[in-house]
Amino acid sequence: MLAFILRRALQSIGVMIAVGIIAFTMFRFAGDPVNQMVAIDTTPAQRAEVRASLGLDDPVPVQFARYFINAVQFKFGVSYQFRQPVSALLKERMPATLELATCATVIAMVFGILMGIYSALRKDSFFAKVLQAVSLIGISLPTFLIGILLIYLFAVTLGWLPSFGRGDVVKFGWWTTGLLTISGLKALIMPSVTLGLFQMTLIMRLVRAEMLEVLRTDYIRFARARGLTTRAIHFGHALKNTLVPVITVAGLQFGSVIAFAIITETVFQWPGMGLLFVQAVQNVDIPIMAAYLLVVSLIFVTINLIVDILYTIVDPRLRATINRPA
Amino acid sequence: MSVPVLSVRDLRVEFASRRGVLRAIDGVSFDIAKGEVLGVVGESGAGKSVTGLAAIGLIDPPGRIAGGEILLSGLRIDNLPAEEMRRIRGKRIAMIFQDPLTSLNPLYRIGDQLVETIRTHLNMNETQARKRAVDLLAEVGIPAPDKRIDAYPHEFSGGMRQRVVIALAIAAEPELIIADEPTTALDVSVQAQIIALIKRLGRDHGTAVMLVTHDMGVIAETSDRVAVMYSGRIAEIGPVRDVVQNPLHPYAKGLMGAIPTLTGDASQRLVQIPGSMPRLSAIPQGCAFNPRCSFAFDRCRVERPEPIAVGAQQVACHLYDPRHSHDHAHAESVA
Repeated sequence: MLAFILRRALQSIGVMIAVGIIAFTMFRFAGDPVNQMVAIDTTPAQRAEVRASLGLDDPVPVQFARYFINAVQFKFGVSYQFRQPVSALLKERMPATLELATCATVIAMVFGILMGIYSALRKDSFFAKVLQAVSLIGISLPTFLIGILLIYLFAVTLGWLPSFGRGDVVKFGWWTTGLLTISGLKALIMPSVTLGLFQMTLIMRLVRAEMLEVLRTDYIRFARARGLTTRAIHFGHALKNTLVPVITVAGLQFGSVIAFAIITETVFQWPGMGLLFVQAVQNVDIPIMAAYLLVVSLIFVTINLIVDILYTIVDPRLRATINRPA
Repeated sequence: MSVPVLSVRDLRVEFASRRGVLRAIDGVSFDIAKGEVLGVVGESGAGKSVTGLAAIGLIDPPGRIAGGEILLSGLRIDNLPAEEMRRIRGKRIAMIFQDPLTSLNPLYRIGDQLVETIRTHLNMNETQARKRAVDLLAEVGIPAPDKRIDAYPHEFSGGMRQRVVIALAIAAEPELIIADEPTTALDVSVQAQIIALIKRLGRDHGTAVMLVTHDMGVIAETSDRVAVMYSGRIAEIGPVRDVVQNPLHPYAKGLMGAIPTLTGDASQRLVQIPGSMPRLSAIPQGCAFNPRCSFAFDRCRVERPEPIAVGAQQVACHLYDPRHSHDHAHAESVA
């Protein structure tokens, strides 16, 4: 088991090095950073000075090694537009994004799984059919459109919820949270619903399909032949087997929730990493773009690792394959 | 004679399909006494498994029991509410399925599955149930049961898994075990062990067994009586010795003739039954076997034969109807 975790961790490091190379090459191919930083009337001598101070004269491998060593310590350089260290900017923005993504994922998981179970167990009921139809809308409507519709309905027409921002936040060290204030919670509702809707419908449809599949298996039939209660069969035997593939999808979806957050954060002017990234793209602020790429990859890779470990905890057959020497 | 453990009376099972209602079981009647093993043979689709599923109340929509009665020790069970039927399943009637590899939930230890089943039916606490689980595993011949109880299904071989399945089936000492092709998915050497185990359990506990299989060898070895099914009906039923050595129904004759023997004349060809069993949507009028029967006459194509007692056997064939001397002559020539 430990060997398996170590092996997977090593693979993850490999992935991160590959992403690091891509992030680094952005600096070399997306324009000359010196031009971004200096004013139009800067003399060539001054430009050369800036270039030397940034270490851009060094050979490429040296630059990469320096970038890599810094990145490992979460030093991503200085933002061209804000003239601040990127790590400080990310640190400031990260709590907002993580809170939003976590909230969206929790909403998606809880409601997605519940609705999935319901529509599998009562697959012929009217409500289950309505859910199936409505879930198609959730899957096919673009996120920004849902966000705008929600803003129109709840912020503009009804005036119940704020249309932008995070509301009041409470500080814990460098971490800020909107979960402890009324206005923070109110501000969180619409963005997290918008962000989570797609995942929710996806999880619902996945759970439904998996559960219907599991309910047809021999071990469920044998469980029924043993006279177990319907409750024990559905929520003990069937649900656990249903959730094995759902764990993978849900884990990977958390990563894409953070990626999707770019759009949601733009629509709701949510002060998170996604919004920072969009501004960085508009201003060709490469250090931020590169750092965002690295941070999101790190989150993806970490979740993947956790999912793999969870998988082996849930499914004993995988444990057997892992413990068997390859 | 005491009340039979299972008594099936004129059972009819229908499946609603797009092309209309298909009758999978049409007027099946039989009894199984305490401690008796009834073998049920027939080709795939003859209705053997459906009969077993009907007895334990696991016919799922679009299927339904359309007529007849099923009695368990004299109590009618085919019309019980779902919850009452659930209490009977596993406690008084158990069922074993064909594939032991897929019958156990892969995510739970076998001990958990045993304890869960035991505690569903018997009033025991966790410790008592676990002790009983170990005893059950020992009884079905699992070595080192106190260690193996914490193993997962994938850690067992096919034969061992079928033993676990049997342990689960007998957890609450049922009166009746329905075994649906319990050995089909197993190696031949393991088959014999499982058959011996089922036989021993039936003898030790006085459990009635309905053994569904298409393997005549298994039937001959284990059963007291045998029912030959064809196209949703019982063609012939009787003591296993009589039916195997002196089959009456032309289909049963064909079935027995198709079994190779080691002692017989090697030059003798195995007898084949021409054609195949009709689909449920196209069962011919009269006797369902008439298109394949070399003794069929006019009446067979019009009137469906009802069971006729001949010695200890019952056969659904017009050839044995004593009212028709002409037909009787046929019967003589057949015998």
